[in-house]
Amino acid sequence: MDAERPPPIESLPGAAKPDPILVVDHLVRRFGGLTAVSVERLEIQRGTITSLIGPNGAGKTTLFNVLTGFDKPQSGQWELNGGPLVGIPAYRMARMGMVRTFQLTKSLARLTVLENMLVAARARAGESFRGALFGGWRRSEEENRARAMESLGRFGLTHMADQYAGSLSGGQRKLLEMARALMVDPELVMLDEPTAGVNPALTQSLLGHITMLRDMGMTVVFIEHDMDVVQEISDWVVCMSQGRVIAEGPPSSIARNPEVIDAYLGQSHGEIT
Amino acid sequence: MDLAKVLIDAARAAVGIPAAAYALSAIGLNLQFGYTGLLNFGHVAFMAVGAYGMAITVDLGGSIWLGIPMGILCAVVLGLLIGLPTLRLRADYLAIVTIATGEIIRLVVRSSLAAPLTKGIFGIQTFANEFFALNPIPRGVYGIGRFRFDQRSLWVMVVGWVLVLLAVAFTRRLAASPWGRVVRSVREDEDAARALGKNVFLYKLQSLMIGGAIGALAGMLLAIDQQNVIPDNYIPLLTFYAFAIVIIGGPGTLWGPVLGSIVFWFAFEFLNGIMTAAVLGRWFGDALQSTDIGPIRFALFGIGMMVLMAFRPQGLFGRREEMLIDGR
Repeated sequence: MDAERPPPIESLPGAAKPDPILVVDHLVRRFGGLTAVSVERLEIQRGTITSLIGPNGAGKTTLFNVLTGFDKPQSGQWELNGGPLVGIPAYRMARMGMVRTFQLTKSLARLTVLENMLVAARARAGESFRGALFGGWRRSEEENRARAMESLGRFGLTHMADQYAGSLSGGQRKLLEMARALMVDPELVMLDEPTAGVNPALTQSLLGHITMLRDMGMTVVFIEHDMDVVQEISDWVVCMSQGRVIAEGPPSSIARNPEVIDAYLGQSHGEIT
Repeated sequence: MDLAKVLIDAARAAVGIPAAAYALSAIGLNLQFGYTGLLNFGHVAFMAVGAYGMAITVDLGGSIWLGIPMGILCAVVLGLLIGLPTLRLRADYLAIVTIATGEIIRLVVRSSLAAPLTKGIFGIQTFANEFFALNPIPRGVYGIGRFRFDQRSLWVMVVGWVLVLLAVAFTRRLAASPWGRVVRSVREDEDAARALGKNVFLYKLQSLMIGGAIGALAGMLLAIDQQNVIPDNYIPLLTFYAFAIVIIGGPGTLWGPVLGSIVFWFAFEFLNGIMTAAVLGRWFGDALQSTDIGPIRFALFGIGMMVLMAFRPQGLFGRREEMLIDGR
């Protein structure tokens, strides 16, 4: 299908998509008396960039954590490619093709940049205890190394390959985290605020990489605060507030959506962006 | 004071049986703490179950060659028992549980309940005759001057240091493999490793069990040398010796635990010799009695550790850049 622009879909919360990769159903996560996430229905269209927006405390990161297995919901289910994900541990979800990044970048500081990439590689020869002892992993290691170097080149990190990841600048760490996620060969990439705390020039570069992910056939969901960024690269926007999905739609319409404006500003103040 | 005598005694300690055994123990702890980042404050428990597993097997009529694998098995099972409930939790829980486990093991083996097996506070003696029967070294004393060992000590030393080399080779093979890389990524950030598809729990469990098995070998080596296991040998201090050795050598380095142990025992014996000379020579008049030697030796050693932390926090083998990286 044409990935550039999604086909006309109703701009309503929970709207059905023609070919969803991720489907969320009646998902509830409470912390004591606080309902952090209560999503009735959410479908993510394959091959698109979907941004998840919403004011602070809307439950975006909690939703991410639940969807990627880093947190457990009280009730509800969700599916990746039609396969249920309830109760599946986070590491297995990653192997199933859903990989995430974190709001606070998690570089493996005392591993080199190249080792950061290799640790994420999908071929796991030599990662088992027996495999490590009895060898036979050199060839897949060489292949992974070649792939990692190629990917580092694309993200402009080749010259840092042998440096500790902890010595990278904040922006470089963001790039590394994204490059590393790609080593897992994901179908669905979940980026938690990839542009937070990044200077405008690097933001542009990051957005270029996100677009590239989609053009390579991956599906991207990312949390974002900056409306300009959202307008620039998203194919579809989902807005959360107080744990619920309050609006969905193409970026052009979402900024005019009164629900969204209310959520951000408390009451209708006219147009934003 | 005869400085040469003090130095030779220190050198004897540096290559002696405790140095080999603690090097081995520290290699196990280094795998857990240095490579995987597990805060195992009960390493002595692994040494204890190894030694007791072996001694009880022999005491019940088994061969020591069955006893040694039994000791290792006990340590692996202990690792499993400690790891299963705690390794899913935050790192500090493992620290709390392991420090308690060390004491629980000691108190259980000395209890009257366990006495039929463990012989309570008196422990089990002379279980290693089969080991010494294999000694190929002819009777005699080997070495020059004060730097001498009899054939019995020499036999244990040779076996001990060979085990140390094998353990280093084993660690090297693991650490240089993708397995070692995953384990280090777990040390750096569990959540990141998990997000990249690594079964963090399994790796931590494996590391705890393997490191524990190496610790058990160390416990067995000490027990064989003394032909004796008694519960009160296995006090928490042994864990902290092993930690001191890992930190001196540099956590997460291959040879750190080995050199750390050599330096540790050299320094300890050296301080002992100096303090003994100070007491005998009445350097400080009556202010220093022979009973003060032990405590002051520890205090001086502690100061030495502090100086090391101030000027070489990465340990002898560690890389300074690693220490300068903030954990983010």
